[in-house]
Amino acid sequence: MAGPVLEMRSIVKTFPGVKALSDVTLTVRQGEVHAICGENGAGKSTLMKVLSGVHPHGSYEGEILFEQEVCRFKDIRASEQHGIVIIHQELALVPFLSLAENIFLGNEHATRGFINWNDTLRHATALLRRVGLDDHPETRVADIGVGKQQLVEIAKALSKKVKLLILDEPTAALNDEDSGKLLDLILELKKQGITSIIISHKLNEIRRVADSVTIIRDGKSIETLDVKAPETTEDRIISGMVGRDLDHRFPERTPHQAEVGAAPALEIRNWTVHHPIDQQRTVVDDVSLQVRRGEIVGVAGLMGAGRTELAMSVFGRTYGRYAGGTVLKDGKEIRTKTVAEAVGHGIAYVTEDRKHYGLNLIDTINRNISLTALGKVAKRGIVDEHEERQVSEGYRTSMNIKAPTVFEPVGKLSGGNQQKVVLSKWIFAGPDVLILDEPTRGIDVGAKYEIYTVIDQLAAQGKAVVFISSELPELLGMCDRIYTMAAGRLTGEVPRAEATQEVLMRQMTKDKEVTR
Amino acid sequence: MSTELTDQVPAAAPPGKSGGSASGGGLLQLMLDGLRRNMRQYGMLIALGLIVALFAVWTDGDLLLPRNVSNLVLQNSYILILAIGMMLVIIAGHIDLSVGSLTAFVGAFAAVLTVQHSVAWPFAVALCLLVGAVAGSVQGFLIAYLGIPSFIVTLAGMLLFRGLTEIFLEGQTLGPFPDGLQKMGNGFLPETGPETNYHNITLLLGLALIVFAVLQEVRDRRRQQEFSLDVLPRNIFLLKLTAIVAAILVVTMLLASYKGAPIVLIILGVLVVGYGYVMRNAVFGRHIYAIGGNLPAAKLSGVKDKKVTFHVFLNMGVLAALAGLVVAARLNAASPKAGLNFELEAIASSFIGGASMSGGVGTVLGAIIGGLVLGVLNNGMNLLSVGTDWQQVIKGLALLAAVGFDVWNKRKSGS
Repeated sequence: MAGPVLEMRSIVKTFPGVKALSDVTLTVRQGEVHAICGENGAGKSTLMKVLSGVHPHGSYEGEILFEQEVCRFKDIRASEQHGIVIIHQELALVPFLSLAENIFLGNEHATRGFINWNDTLRHATALLRRVGLDDHPETRVADIGVGKQQLVEIAKALSKKVKLLILDEPTAALNDEDSGKLLDLILELKKQGITSIIISHKLNEIRRVADSVTIIRDGKSIETLDVKAPETTEDRIISGMVGRDLDHRFPERTPHQAEVGAAPALEIRNWTVHHPIDQQRTVVDDVSLQVRRGEIVGVAGLMGAGRTELAMSVFGRTYGRYAGGTVLKDGKEIRTKTVAEAVGHGIAYVTEDRKHYGLNLIDTINRNISLTALGKVAKRGIVDEHEERQVSEGYRTSMNIKAPTVFEPVGKLSGGNQQKVVLSKWIFAGPDVLILDEPTRGIDVGAKYEIYTVIDQLAAQGKAVVFISSELPELLGMCDRIYTMAAGRLTGEVPRAEATQEVLMRQMTKDKEVTR
Repeated sequence: MSTELTDQVPAAAPPGKSGGSASGGGLLQLMLDGLRRNMRQYGMLIALGLIVALFAVWTDGDLLLPRNVSNLVLQNSYILILAIGMMLVIIAGHIDLSVGSLTAFVGAFAAVLTVQHSVAWPFAVALCLLVGAVAGSVQGFLIAYLGIPSFIVTLAGMLLFRGLTEIFLEGQTLGPFPDGLQKMGNGFLPETGPETNYHNITLLLGLALIVFAVLQEVRDRRRQQEFSLDVLPRNIFLLKLTAIVAAILVVTMLLASYKGAPIVLIILGVLVVGYGYVMRNAVFGRHIYAIGGNLPAAKLSGVKDKKVTFHVFLNMGVLAALAGLVVAARLNAASPKAGLNFELEAIASSFIGGASMSGGVGTVLGAIIGGLVLGVLNNGMNLLSVGTDWQQVIKGLALLAAVGFDVWNKRKSGS
């Protein structure tokens, strides 16, 4: 067995107000494929950013040894010079440049500032061959599929004389066939002596390519398991990923008793959506679900499971290309082709990305709250500013939004208070059905509790709530029923009584077997 | 701009807004806070005041002679009309380069109608405004519904309308206009009543305006109390009323001691009040701010972004047509070179007056202040016989200074 090529010792990384990594130790052996897995927000990506110099030396505590040498990377370039290359989840290719130009971007074959094209093309062709691509190096990146683009990223890494390749959820955006090819390539590179770290939460992938797996939970490294050992089952990995106590606090809820006979407030039938650009990809695949008045229904899933895509495509087709399915409100089929129609039918979608999709950050609390339902404070197209102000002052008090006045720009508020503004805005719209997408993401514990209380009150008022979340404890603490999604499909429906983190995690990682 | 949100500092209301909370806090604190919040607007108002004072001194008071004040209004009215529309366009996150050419085109159209074909002038005015609306809506359609960038569409419009103007006029200047139309550009309100040293109608109008403004303020305050919102303390409210009355009075007396209020000033006044009201209080105005501030969020809030964008450009077309009529009437002729660089002056006015390149910010009053800063610089330098070469240099520096100050101020307050 080869010795360690990389050792990360007791890494601690703190962001203002949050401890992202509290004690991570990672040892990767020469020539192996090492998987890292953990829940969303466990600290996987942060760890890799520390390793690759995105978070420079000095901004974290702990020690990194690469090839028995202490490393203090000040930026990505420094780590690349040592042969550590990271491929991020979002591809970093320039779409309108050629494959060759992309491969050597920032690293051009040039003499005195002028590019040597013959050299560039020859080397690019060789690199593309190595990753199994026979496309011409002058093809534009925009003209090849996402699967091939991922391979181009790897070719780019190879051009930098990579020794340790880090892949952050490399198959998240790929279809099954492309995923298979990519995993094969990782095994092929392993034979050529390249060590890889692969971040993934698809357990079947891990079993297929990895030699060992390190589990990270809540910013700590929990354990490292030998994947090939018989005792390392998927259940074993799952219990490592979720094994924490329910120490969060939730408001007391009386679980909803479904009214017999009454039609569900919202029902989605056979909903299918294709990716907006790559239409070969089905992002939401034949999903049916329903939620009743007074009920809080959770939707659990890992990154890329298609939860947000489902919600946004139902809410005015704001994501992807519609490929089938119907929406029913109180038993009657409704049109939700535009946001205005969806809002008109009493549906509200509270986005997971409040800064980009939820708020006008440069405008005041007042005007953000009233925007969706301006008609309620306006007569014949003219807004009654006093009534508007009274309404938003009301929400400032009842939602406990911490700001001196409602004329404060929303951009100056903390995350928790911004979230309260978004919620106020949609509650003011007076919906019957609220789809909440990660309503507690990035906010502190105290504010979380306040938000949970609001959600509970909404259900108590007879509103139907769809609660999308990546945090299993909050789903378990808040929901009457929980649906699970994986790779665009609904993989389960669990009533409150039977729901545990292990049950949910098993269904969330239930992916189709990778072919080939 | 206040950075702390935890302390209970009473805050003054946004500009032009008739309320504000003042539950405790002293007068000074209140004013400082209001100043900090609206640095850009107050900053520009103060700058305008300084520029006026400076030129008044340099020109030995010529700048503030009643005749010159009248002139200043007449000279800048069309840029101010354009600046109002341009402000809306910029708030929505777009730009319109075509307004200068469109201004010339409409002027030419008016000349062809009234001079060559002897169409009655009120009818011609209506047709011209319609032409502006059509031009604006075609551009608006291309931008909003086909998604062609506004810079490109209006750049094309700029070339197109300029060319059409020359074709229309066959390179010649066409005039003179009928009397009624001329009045739009350089006419004054008619005079009746007993012989005083002042213009009677203007005085009456000023008086009416004062009564209206005071009633409006009082009504607003009562409404706020009805909704149990915080109102300005009594003494500050009275101070504010006094300031408003004094401002109207000064302008009224200046104008009344010459030929009275120019007709175009009345038009401009109606536009400023109307558009100011729409931008602050109408659902349409709010939606413009929303799409300019954060387009995806506005869409997800159910704002019909395409419709709003379309109407913003349609509106710009109508205002450009109005400006075109005023220019032509003032020059008493339609010229192929009319309205040259007007779009740039309107854009500069908007940015000096507080608009942001990325959209979502700005007020109609700001556009007017910005336009007046440029206008007073122009007029003052003319009185001092500064050549147009140096005028351009100075106006360029003024634009740079205004926006530079804003950027610096924002960085300092960390927003």
